[in-house]
Amino acid sequence: MAYQLKINGQQLQADVDADTPLLWVLRDTLDMKGTKFGCGMSLCGACTVHLNGNPIRSCVTPVAAVGDGAVTTVEGIGDDELGQRIQRTWKSLDVPQCGYCQAGQMMSALALLRQHPKPTDEQIDIGMGMNLCRCSTYLRIRQAIHQVAGELAPAKESEDAAHS
Amino acid sequence: MSIKKDHLMETPAEGAASFSVSRRQFLAGLGALTLAVSFKGPVALAAEQDSPLGFVPNAFIRVGKDGLVTVISSYLEMGQGTFTGIATLAAEELDIRPDQLKVEAAPADVKDYANPVLAAIGFVVQGTGGSTAMRGAWDTMRKAAASARLMLLQAAAKTWKVDVASLSVKDGVISHAGSGKSAGYGDFVALASTLPLPDEASVKLKDSAAFTKIGKRDSMARVDIPAKVNGSAIYTQDIKVPGMLVAVIAHPPTLFAKVGKVDASKAKAIAGVEAVLEIPGDDIIQGGVAVLAKNTWIAKQGRDALEITWVEDTKAPVSSEALFSDFKKLGATTGTKVVERGTQPDAVPAGGREIAAVFELPYLAHAPMEPMNVLIHKDGDSCHVWNGEQWHTADRAAVAKELGLALDKVSITQLYAGGSFGRRANPRCDYVIEGARIVKVAQQQNIMAPIKLVWMREDDMRALQYRPMTVHDTRLVLDKDGNLVSWRWRVVGDSFFGLPTTKVDDNLVEGANDLPYAVPNLLVEQHIPGTKLPVQWMRSVGHTHTGVVGETLIDEAARKAGKDPYQFRRALLKEHPKMLAVLDLVAQKSGWDKPLASGINGDRRSRGIAIRESFNTIVAQVAEVTLKADGSYSVDKVYCAVDCGQVINPGILESQVEGGIGFALSFLRQEITLDKGRIVQGNFNTYPVLRINAMPAVEVYAVPSTEHPTGIGEPGVPPLVPAVINALASLTGKYPRKLPLGNEVDL
Repeated sequence: MAYQLKINGQQLQADVDADTPLLWVLRDTLDMKGTKFGCGMSLCGACTVHLNGNPIRSCVTPVAAVGDGAVTTVEGIGDDELGQRIQRTWKSLDVPQCGYCQAGQMMSALALLRQHPKPTDEQIDIGMGMNLCRCSTYLRIRQAIHQVAGELAPAKESEDAAHS
Repeated sequence: MSIKKDHLMETPAEGAASFSVSRRQFLAGLGALTLAVSFKGPVALAAEQDSPLGFVPNAFIRVGKDGLVTVISSYLEMGQGTFTGIATLAAEELDIRPDQLKVEAAPADVKDYANPVLAAIGFVVQGTGGSTAMRGAWDTMRKAAASARLMLLQAAAKTWKVDVASLSVKDGVISHAGSGKSAGYGDFVALASTLPLPDEASVKLKDSAAFTKIGKRDSMARVDIPAKVNGSAIYTQDIKVPGMLVAVIAHPPTLFAKVGKVDASKAKAIAGVEAVLEIPGDDIIQGGVAVLAKNTWIAKQGRDALEITWVEDTKAPVSSEALFSDFKKLGATTGTKVVERGTQPDAVPAGGREIAAVFELPYLAHAPMEPMNVLIHKDGDSCHVWNGEQWHTADRAAVAKELGLALDKVSITQLYAGGSFGRRANPRCDYVIEGARIVKVAQQQNIMAPIKLVWMREDDMRALQYRPMTVHDTRLVLDKDGNLVSWRWRVVGDSFFGLPTTKVDDNLVEGANDLPYAVPNLLVEQHIPGTKLPVQWMRSVGHTHTGVVGETLIDEAARKAGKDPYQFRRALLKEHPKMLAVLDLVAQKSGWDKPLASGINGDRRSRGIAIRESFNTIVAQVAEVTLKADGSYSVDKVYCAVDCGQVINPGILESQVEGGIGFALSFLRQEITLDKGRIVQGNFNTYPVLRINAMPAVEVYAVPSTEHPTGIGEPGVPPLVPAVINALASLTGKYPRKLPLGNEVDL
């Protein structure tokens, strides 16, 4: 059936079965290929996108479960300032190697930094723990997250304190 | 041996079946490598004079009329920073800024793009592997760029009627100081295209003292990264062409089982399923039943709905346990001699010590984040392949053979690979042949569409192309003063090339056959059991197992001798000054001689050391570990010293070493096992990959060098596991003989 999906602020239509995972709707139906297939079982995080700001694994999220929720993918990460900072820092620190997992990494980092604008290493371990990187770019991912956090306005710190 | 262009053209490569290269051959080949490979240029210059591509002086460099330089990479970018390394070489010789170039993947054409390191040893293939990209491009790319620069300067000199020697270049702009004239490269593209190619002797390469980009930190941003942070980088998984169908295949659940009966009615009832095809297997691919559909999810749904009766292969191996048992029995017997010097003593000298150890190391899967896939479009008598192409020559020949086409009718577009770690350079071309066979069977049924084969993770992990499982039967003898008297090392494992046990597979025993330690009596032997299970090189190949065995044994010998493991190695490496320098550097940087503070809660902490030369690069590592009272452990920090000749991109060197360390750390917990004829592991829940919380801090130090670069994609891997084991053993007194270690060690 035809689903109306709100993706990166756009209204898009996909005519697929209800149980089709959001991942394949994005990749095959809507031609948004930045979100990657890695395991199909919510184990590797390569398919991480946001649903209403929360990171989800699109490989196990049926399109029918998305409803009218707002989906954000790597193609839309640059639509907000924090996302742009993440992209910029990922670039300046040469984070990616093969790059295949990095869309998922950045989407998880975006969610983490929204929740904890100044994350501790432990919060990074938890927030990024769902995302595998076979090239082991983890040191640079951690460094990039700290660097973005360091650039954020100091006012955000109190917000973080309130969250945690 | 001097390698000439025409020699390459006359030597058609026949795939990888006979590829067996000893380390000595590798070294000899490197020394003999000449600058002739790329220099003569493949193009008939006259035909290129009006090229819309601009100035095309050779197969590696194009200069557009806008001055933009296109650098053509014959190597795959699979995460190792190869495109950037190559671009750095070109930018250095052309005196251009990073934003004045782009990198393009080369087509499959062994005449122009044979890997020069492999070609120099008579193995003429276009491919990426063995950490050879920078080693091979060092001469070819710099020479190609320098000759392009010279011709552009000659064109400027002609235009301005001045001497070439009076011209200078900065950021792609040619200037003449005397007249004050200056203009960009683009202005001279037309004239340069009419000039004869310069003599090789007239093309001078920059002296290392004049480098402004090579070896300079942050002189080149990674060229592939902008597309990798906005989702626009295209991998094989992403490629789509009009009318394309996706194939998802049901592989045999037990090893080498054949398709018996297929009930495809439920699969065919799914809207969007176009066809169900039986794909015959053979010695190379397992075969199975493929479902073709308009998209991946429907193809997978169709695959999962198939009801297949399989006919089991009664001769297939049944369990890892049985294999290890067989391997160990073989290891207890005399094998094929690989290296022998001196004689092995039967008895341990009075007051001496002995280590007799049998190691068991499992099969491992490469498991890159992008599962294997390939898109093939056969259109009449020609065919195009889209692939994260790591082994152009072999894959091209395999597709041509499978589809009954002439070799020159098969073309390849090389895309980014989402990791490989050796997997996409399969010597048997397994997944590419499977893709081609699906196309062949489909076309027999009049399905002429381009078909993309997409493996699910389980297909990828159960594809039977593993790092070989090995048994190492070893015996070391020390005299009463703690001197190492003898070392016997039998390696039992299957050949990467399917060699019989009477031959020596150098890649299987590398690291053992060139053991650097000055032990007077050395005997290395090999058994190839001939298990009906193909094996494949994985990042650092034979060193993935010989590194563990060799570097834990030497450490144990040091402790048995009552000596410091660093000093013990030092004393046995006197003939290897480069290794000594690397070993000393890592010891110094890690503070080896200073005590390590205990951890919080009084947890015990310790260091372990290991050193390995692989692919002509020397890497030593010191791992700092914490051991908890319950036997669980963590790797906290790794110090690393490297000698890889001239460093091209310091940042990439560091990222490759960090990556190699993380890759190797996963070995502590990974194994592929066989039980009741099935591969047990199928996804990341049973085949754990290191996560961010377990990644140690890493410090990397390179020995300053202006020597010919070697490689860094693989050599960071081998020392890590032994360094960790040695650190843990310094606390427990026990050297484990079996991997994976798991989450806890015996106390």
